[in-house]
Amino acid sequence: MTDTVLDVRALRVEFPTRRGVLTAVDEISLTIGKGEILGVVGESGAGKSMTGMAILGLLEPPGRIAAGEIRLSGDRIDNLTEQQMQTIRGRRIGAIFQDPLTSLNPLFKVGDQLVETIRLHSSLTRAQARARALDLMREVGIPAVEERIDNYPHQFSGGMRQRIVIALALCAEPELIIADEPTTALDVSIQAQITALLKRLCRDRGTAVMLVTHDMGVIAETADRVAVMYAGRLAELGTVEDVVRRPQHPYTAGLMGSIPSLRHDESELQMIPGSMPRLGAIPAGCAFNPRCTQAGPKCRRDIPRTDGAGAACWLALTGETV
Amino acid sequence: MIRPILEVDALERRFDVSAPWLNRVLERKPRRTLRAVDGVDFDIPPGQTLALVGESGCGKSTIAKLVTGLHPPSGGAIRFNGDPRKMQMIFQDPYASLNPRWRVGRIVAEPLRTLHPETPEAQVTARVEELLCTVGLSGADAAKYPHEFSGGQRQRISIARALAGEPEFLVCDEPTSALDVSVQAQVLNLMKRLQREMGLTYLFISHDLSVVRHMADVIAVMYLGRIVEIQPTRDLFANPLHPYTRMLLDTIPDLENPRRDRAPMGGEVPSPVSPPPGCSFHPRCPLAFDRCKAERPERNPRIHDRRVACFAATGNTLEAAHV
Repeated sequence: MTDTVLDVRALRVEFPTRRGVLTAVDEISLTIGKGEILGVVGESGAGKSMTGMAILGLLEPPGRIAAGEIRLSGDRIDNLTEQQMQTIRGRRIGAIFQDPLTSLNPLFKVGDQLVETIRLHSSLTRAQARARALDLMREVGIPAVEERIDNYPHQFSGGMRQRIVIALALCAEPELIIADEPTTALDVSIQAQITALLKRLCRDRGTAVMLVTHDMGVIAETADRVAVMYAGRLAELGTVEDVVRRPQHPYTAGLMGSIPSLRHDESELQMIPGSMPRLGAIPAGCAFNPRCTQAGPKCRRDIPRTDGAGAACWLALTGETV
Repeated sequence: MIRPILEVDALERRFDVSAPWLNRVLERKPRRTLRAVDGVDFDIPPGQTLALVGESGCGKSTIAKLVTGLHPPSGGAIRFNGDPRKMQMIFQDPYASLNPRWRVGRIVAEPLRTLHPETPEAQVTARVEELLCTVGLSGADAAKYPHEFSGGQRQRISIARALAGEPEFLVCDEPTSALDVSVQAQVLNLMKRLQREMGLTYLFISHDLSVVRHMADVIAVMYLGRIVEIQPTRDLFANPLHPYTRMLLDTIPDLENPRRDRAPMGGEVPSPVSPPPGCSFHPRCPLAFDRCKAERPERNPRIHDRRVACFAATGNTLEAAHV
């Protein structure tokens, strides 16, 4: 398939520690096509950000990719050296992180940061790069760009700063953008503006986007497909419509039920008892089995896997009690 | 009529955000004040939950600090019709609000030891154990340190500590914002159960409308230090009166009815240091007319029973615009 931009196969990220090897990402397989937004959701510690960092080649040592493959438009990128990876990051994969204030250098004008990034990835002259920076700022919806280009990051509001970060990620027209909680630090009205911007850019430029978030609402309105992660593993992968309306995995169903509704009254919210296991104490079999009301002996023995679509749940995989 | 447990009247809080003295003298910078809370009034009857919602910088957390006495008000009045010792607070960040060097038992016992120093030690231990069980932890957890607990469990410890003084009134400032949704559901259910069983009154502060809808009896929507609309929860969702409330309800992503083609509302919350004249929402308001730019709307008893501060909401203008 030529349209696949990102192809992750059986990715495994490990952290060797004194108390043994922790598996932060456990055999994740997923793909993102051209112009597609894949949402990655899960609770804190589920491994969603770690997956993004592994793709960007930014795992903090001693974290390492222990197995699996990552391909970007067919080229393998998981086994590259740091030097080779530097030519990919920024140029072919853009990144947007949660906190726009820490993603920007407070000592440089935003225009200079944009110009520097553009010139790093192209052979444009300073003047050409500045013109391109103005275009990018206009494209991400910053008003009065001629004045704003010479402002420092602290002179922008949170929403405007995140737009600058998006403009930075777009500098080299990457094939893939990894957006890790891009709207979490922002207010709802600004959040809607930023997700709309991401969607428009994705549609207009055909960029593939991996949108990592804990907010199901954002996913429901932005993503095309969604991957639900639990304890480092993929619990469910499918179209947003399927996962939100007809969740197959008991964890996804519980997660949906625990979100307070905007439309009807509930005297009690649905709860998933207990909490997600720590990385060092993942139970045998399905990681969710101690919290699952439908778990059988097979769930406590064998790890269910999903390969590209559906739920990693023995109940859903075999269609009967296990 | 039942006497409210908390009455807040024309409450104001200003902060001096002027440049340092030398800069003011040399660069002729003016004195500047930020009106964090600018004439707010509301009542809470006993056993009920009033929620304050709004975006960051609207003044909701400042109100929590004024009510609990952490800041003195610059104007207006707060009347708490009860024993001031029966008021407690639950904070947003369960990582910052528990002393990492204290064992959980000592943390939970602190209000008890402060408010009732005559309590015998054996009784304190028994009470701590009971409180930990009430919030879904075990008595043995008293010997552990906060770092041994997850975020949700820490927030349970905060709740146990707040309950130790046998409070009637709890101020909850974004109690679940730092938690994952499934853990949030556990904490919200716990808070509702405690309210039912103990007859607690909550002032609940949140930016999340779906959480507020689940928890509150009455919702006050804030914008730049003022309450722009206050209504019983059901009415607010069925018939929002203020254009800002409408905008908020329109922009939150809705899981049950996702609007993937939504056109987001433009603009941002202006700086509270230099709010726009007249109605502070007018630059973003689709219904604004000349009067909104010049005059500040008040909540008027003749207009929707003091529920909304908006000129466009008088008569049926807004209903017509909505239909």
